[in-house]
Amino acid sequence: MGINKTVTRRSFENKPESSLLKDKGLIKRFTDRNSEGRGKLYIYSSAILMIAAVVSITLFLTLQGLRSFTVDHLNIWDFLTGSEWYPDRAENPSYGAWPFVFGSISVTLLAALITTPVAIGCAIFMTEVAKKWGQRILQPVIEILVGIPSVVYGLIGLSVIVPFMRHHFGGTGLSLLSGSIVVGIMILPTVTSIAADSIRAVPDSLREASYAIGATQWQTIWRVVIPAAGSSLITAIVLGMSRAFGEALAVQMVIGNARHVPHSIFDPAATLTTIITLSMGNSTTGSVLNDALWSLGLILLVISYIFIVIIRFLSGRRNAR
Amino acid sequence: MKKKSFLAVALFLSLSLVLVLGACGNGSKSGSGASSSSSSDSKQLSGKITIGGSTALQPLASQAAKQFMDKNPGVQIDVQGGGSGTGLSEVSAGNFDIGMSDVFAESKSNIDAKALKDYKVAVVGMTAAVNPEAGVKNLSKADLQKVFTGKVKNWKEVGGNDVKVQLVNRPDGSGTRATFDQFALDGKTPAEGITQDSTNTVRQIIAEQPGAIGYMALSYFSDKSVVKLSIDGIKATEENVASGKFPVWAYEHMYTKGEPSPLVKAFIDYMMSPEVQNGVVKGAGYLSTNKMQVQRDATGKTTNK
Repeated sequence: MGINKTVTRRSFENKPESSLLKDKGLIKRFTDRNSEGRGKLYIYSSAILMIAAVVSITLFLTLQGLRSFTVDHLNIWDFLTGSEWYPDRAENPSYGAWPFVFGSISVTLLAALITTPVAIGCAIFMTEVAKKWGQRILQPVIEILVGIPSVVYGLIGLSVIVPFMRHHFGGTGLSLLSGSIVVGIMILPTVTSIAADSIRAVPDSLREASYAIGATQWQTIWRVVIPAAGSSLITAIVLGMSRAFGEALAVQMVIGNARHVPHSIFDPAATLTTIITLSMGNSTTGSVLNDALWSLGLILLVISYIFIVIIRFLSGRRNAR
Repeated sequence: MKKKSFLAVALFLSLSLVLVLGACGNGSKSGSGASSSSSSDSKQLSGKITIGGSTALQPLASQAAKQFMDKNPGVQIDVQGGGSGTGLSEVSAGNFDIGMSDVFAESKSNIDAKALKDYKVAVVGMTAAVNPEAGVKNLSKADLQKVFTGKVKNWKEVGGNDVKVQLVNRPDGSGTRATFDQFALDGKTPAEGITQDSTNTVRQIIAEQPGAIGYMALSYFSDKSVVKLSIDGIKATEENVASGKFPVWAYEHMYTKGEPSPLVKAFIDYMMSPEVQNGVVKGAGYLSTNKMQVQRDATGKTTNK
């Protein structure tokens, strides 16, 4: 198929010459002889390109991220644990990233906490309770949720969730909780669809056995299906968390971006991603602030690698079982 | 055996690609064609100018660029955002023909300000914006500093209503923050509060949040949703900024690396011409530099012209 296509296109572009070649079957012979090699070359180079992209991003981020410690001589321990981030203070500027690390982790955990019950409920609904029409309704809903751009989530958060929080809990409404809710809604489709897949993968024989000994539907779901899907459900949650961790735009709009460790979930906070997007454009290449922002990026990368390791560990355990 | 050797080749290839990419990243891409335009005939300008940096100056530059391109069909001007820091970095590296900035290049320690030529194309005045429920219209500078450094926590302490103070800051390194800190707070570091980047978001938060205070350019005080704060009894008006009575203002800069090429010079001359200064600059809510009766140097010292 592919070979024929190439030939016809070539002959179209370059008529007199190629028709001559075609008559003698030269092109066909040439493509036949080399198609195997070229196909291999294409496939291998795609794979290598992808590996190279990952390796180079990691290397680049590591080199840039370590600059603040090697070139600007910031103390790495103070950087990670310090809670004062005042890069533009005239005397004694300080770079303490702990509020952002804390903010990122708490937004992620809270979002997972908000999302998990709803996501698993949806997944059970579309796989166990209302297999046909539940699936038919929820599948498009999930796809729509995935397709909404994060800036729209942020806008809705800013004009709906933030005023709601302000009226009911006081303060500015721009808070850790608002950020977690927005991110929680964003990761809902991811967690739901993976959780649904893992529930579907539970063999029917288990359900039938459960019904056979007289269990109700709810007992079957709660005692048999969910434990059987166990670790893949956790994988779904961790995948959602890794997405929540990297989200920047929507969070930035609703979290308030205050550079301190929040005292409660109704206080404004900041995350690693929001501080990078807020300050990057204002800093000059090679300045200490710029290098410190790259270091925050490196922390993000390291934590996302940790997420990947956790996911691989969980799925490895599942396969081993 | 064969597999292993292939893996080695793949690793070697990817590593070499990394090196190549790294080398490319070091920014040898200079002179985006502006120099190619230098024809002696000044009537027929042609070529391409790349401008980038401050998002505050971007709309003004885009509008002026559009008018300039209408007059000179052979010229193509590309106006990008990216922030003041990006503008200064990229013009120093030679990637932008003109770098826009809200702050003096001297204020960024790792930029070689001597290598850059400064054109002050406009002046922007700014002041504190307060939520109407706070009940203040005027603050002394000392009180304003107490509010922003967190010493005053309730508006009634400075003569307002019994409403809690809520600070809205700008991100580190932003030109608006630098100007406000330097000239309204006299270099004091503001206490921690909400931080927002875009002026529209800041205005929305201040308008909705009782007791909120932030700061923004004068042109954004277009309606009554936020109170335009007077400082020491001096109203934040364009006249007071121009006469030097109101201290919180900054230049909008356009920087070129060394002497500009004839084409870039022609555009900057156009920016400084009365047509733009009295038209686009005024329309965008900026003050013309020609109207200023005072001037300021990079250290922040203000003198009469």
